[in-house]
Amino acid sequence: MTRSADKAGPLLELQDLRVELDSGVDVDDDVWLKLYRGEVLGLVGESASGKTTAATAILGYQRRGAHVVSGRVMLDGRDILRLPPSELRSLRGRLISYVPQDPSMSLNPALRIRTQLTEVLEVHGFGQTPADREQRLQEMLAEVLLPTGDKFLARYPHQLSGGQQQRVVLAMAFACQPSVIVLDEPTTGLDVTTQAHVLETIRQLTATHDVAALYVTHDLAVIAAVADRVAVMYAGKLVEIASRDVIFHASRHPYTRKLLAAVPSMKATTLPESIPGVAPRPGQRPPGCAFADRCGWALDTCRAEVPPLEADAEDHRTACWRWRELVDEFGREGGALEARSTKRTEHRRPVVLEVAGVSAWHGDRKSLHRVGLTVEEGKCIALVGESGSGKTTLSRCVAGLHHGRIEGSMLFRGQPLKRLAGQRSRDTRQEIQYIFQSPYSSLNPRKTIAQLLERPLKVFFRLSRSEAEARMVEALEHVALDASVLDRYPDQLSGGERQRAAIARALAAQPTLLICDEVTSSLDVSVQSTIVELLSRLIEETGVGMIFVTHHLALVRAIAEDVAVMSDGRIVEAGRTLDVLDAPQADYTRRLLADTPQIT
Amino acid sequence: MGRQPSLVAAAVPRRQSQRATILRTTLSFGRTRAGVILLLFIVAITVIGPLAAPHSSTEFVGTPFQGPSSQAPLGTDNLGRDVLSRVLHGGWSVLSLSIAATLIGMGMGVTLGLVAGYARQWVDETLMRLLDVLLAFPTLVFALLAVSIAGPQLWLIVLAVGIGHAPRVARVARGAALEIVGQDYVSAVEALGVPSWRILFGEILPNITSPLLVEFGMRIAYSVGIIAALSFLGFGVQPPTSDWGLMINENRLGLSIQPYSVAVPVLLIGLLAIAVSLIADGLTRAIVGIERESGG
Repeated sequence: MTRSADKAGPLLELQDLRVELDSGVDVDDDVWLKLYRGEVLGLVGESASGKTTAATAILGYQRRGAHVVSGRVMLDGRDILRLPPSELRSLRGRLISYVPQDPSMSLNPALRIRTQLTEVLEVHGFGQTPADREQRLQEMLAEVLLPTGDKFLARYPHQLSGGQQQRVVLAMAFACQPSVIVLDEPTTGLDVTTQAHVLETIRQLTATHDVAALYVTHDLAVIAAVADRVAVMYAGKLVEIASRDVIFHASRHPYTRKLLAAVPSMKATTLPESIPGVAPRPGQRPPGCAFADRCGWALDTCRAEVPPLEADAEDHRTACWRWRELVDEFGREGGALEARSTKRTEHRRPVVLEVAGVSAWHGDRKSLHRVGLTVEEGKCIALVGESGSGKTTLSRCVAGLHHGRIEGSMLFRGQPLKRLAGQRSRDTRQEIQYIFQSPYSSLNPRKTIAQLLERPLKVFFRLSRSEAEARMVEALEHVALDASVLDRYPDQLSGGERQRAAIARALAAQPTLLICDEVTSSLDVSVQSTIVELLSRLIEETGVGMIFVTHHLALVRAIAEDVAVMSDGRIVEAGRTLDVLDAPQADYTRRLLADTPQIT
Repeated sequence: MGRQPSLVAAAVPRRQSQRATILRTTLSFGRTRAGVILLLFIVAITVIGPLAAPHSSTEFVGTPFQGPSSQAPLGTDNLGRDVLSRVLHGGWSVLSLSIAATLIGMGMGVTLGLVAGYARQWVDETLMRLLDVLLAFPTLVFALLAVSIAGPQLWLIVLAVGIGHAPRVARVARGAALEIVGQDYVSAVEALGVPSWRILFGEILPNITSPLLVEFGMRIAYSVGIIAALSFLGFGVQPPTSDWGLMINENRLGLSIQPYSVAVPVLLIGLLAIAVSLIADGLTRAIVGIERESGG
């Protein structure tokens, strides 16, 4: 740890921040943060926890519809929140800079890389002459490990890879040698390999430039890789702040504990644990501790009064009424469910799907090269790979959703599968069900959950009104949703609830093969763990065969007996999950394993 | 209005359906309220007008182009009929023909646009290029062409104006549909084997109602103008029936002696077009505002 700051005191201090929406609903309340030179403070929280709002407050910025009610952001003895707009503008990018989540959105698609980079320098009057600026430009590119040649600088953002785009944004952020930098989930959406490199670059830059960094993310594994100290947010409040090692090994707040247990691990033999309930949205936060309703240790005091953020001698701060007593309680909650990969699998079961020598094209481009896999009843095979590896293409071929050319053989229960779903028999369509990556786009926003669940029932079965109703309720029970959601529209449900509804829709068709395409990637960790638990229980209960597509190696261990690792449209390695993860044969698998961030 | 109300409405938890939010936001704009009030006023004239008119639309009450009097509050027209009564009787045709033409145009345009947007590839290309040919004719010219061939039939006018709108509506519908076609919920029903027409009208159409509603408003405003113009040119409603567009033509010779006979119908047609445009504009602003908000 680089706490050179201990002598100097914090460079930037966020004090007693409260941000409200125009309607008076609080997004953030009572947030205190200190940023030290040369140190990365990780700010972790699930969606709608107010972490981004707190982070952008440091830039003196609030999104439209929100405003700071109280609090100060002190930098060099000045309160940023009370600066006139013109001073604030000159501060941003020069003293404090920001790296947003999606680099493809934050770069102007119409401007060349050179133009965008020099613009930052010109706006803030960096250097005396164009030659000075040109020199700084070259330095910046070298620092973020990008090519410095004119050919690269003449490119447009769309001609760069996602990783390169994010490096350009990083270069812009560090261009004027700021003293504070705010990074808002900068590696979300990048492949693990690219992510590992970008994280390394961020660490090096903050260390060499002695910058105070705030790294906002929902991903605890990333925080473990990049942060020196960690602040955990829940429902708009800080619940715990401590050094990295303390948070990961001796955290005191029940939420932090639960959150850590929910992160899938590459080594664990159990399923990631789920946190019951959902996080309260702004405007629905209860009095007292916001986590009380989901906390196994909550008492009446917890529900009545908000716990203060108490500090101990090591500056480990915890907002929990019971942290002193609970330290001994943790770890006694009883074991979690066994991971599917460690279960002893019986002898071979009936084969549901057999894919052999399948190639597929997108237009003229070949995106699958003679791949094969077998799915057995009551078993799960994971397809792992980075984006563009062909894992989704393969699963869409099986589901009959691939519109391009396909060659090779796909046998479903011994019968060859037609290319498109529309050409297949009704029984086949019913037996193969597909769950999409994002429940935000897979549920028609104009239909109620009842209408959505009814669709497969109407298409596949002749049922009376009451029979259909019973089937829908049964499907919802499988995914632990209450029948009351039937009358709701998707936008009235949380992300996790939507994904459960999507799973329920697939289950309503009573499939024998369930294809799950990155079904947890758009969900929070705590929600991810409940979905994984749910799917693994479904395999046990219904005996369905499953293809689980993911880019997340740690999840594979939790859910799949078998795994196939894909790269560039080929299966580079396949076998039992434990064998592949513990003793990988292919170089690609080894690299993937090494680059996946781990909590250690 | 200083602060944009849409943002507040969208920032509270999204309990109520989005359509209600859009409606409420739309009505919170001053311009839309003005538009709605104007529209209600015009509709009241066309619907209640014939009942409240002091005379029938063809009754002679004096000499041609008389100034206002107790007999005829707005004076008389070129044949000595009461202008006020003719105005009160003459709105219905403009309004009903415009709405009918717009509905036909929307129906054809939306269907073509959905098919083109969903089918993609060559069907899309062929349809859209054919519509481009139609787009090259101004709607008025197209309607005149139809009328000069088959004579001034009302149904023909409505149909011709409707067909004139179709390619423009189709462009909007196709553009909106393209975005929805890529959504996973469309793939989800494709995988179930749901027939294409149900996907078009059951899955895609409900999701593009917002831009279509705006388009509908704009098309009504255009229809009013074109149908009034056709009447003015003598191809629409035939004398002696009263019609605002026709009145302008009939009375234009007396404009200097009896301005009311021309000015009042002109004003009403103008107000109708403005009212519809104001509402359409408010809708657009509300939808854009809400979409920007829920996107970020």
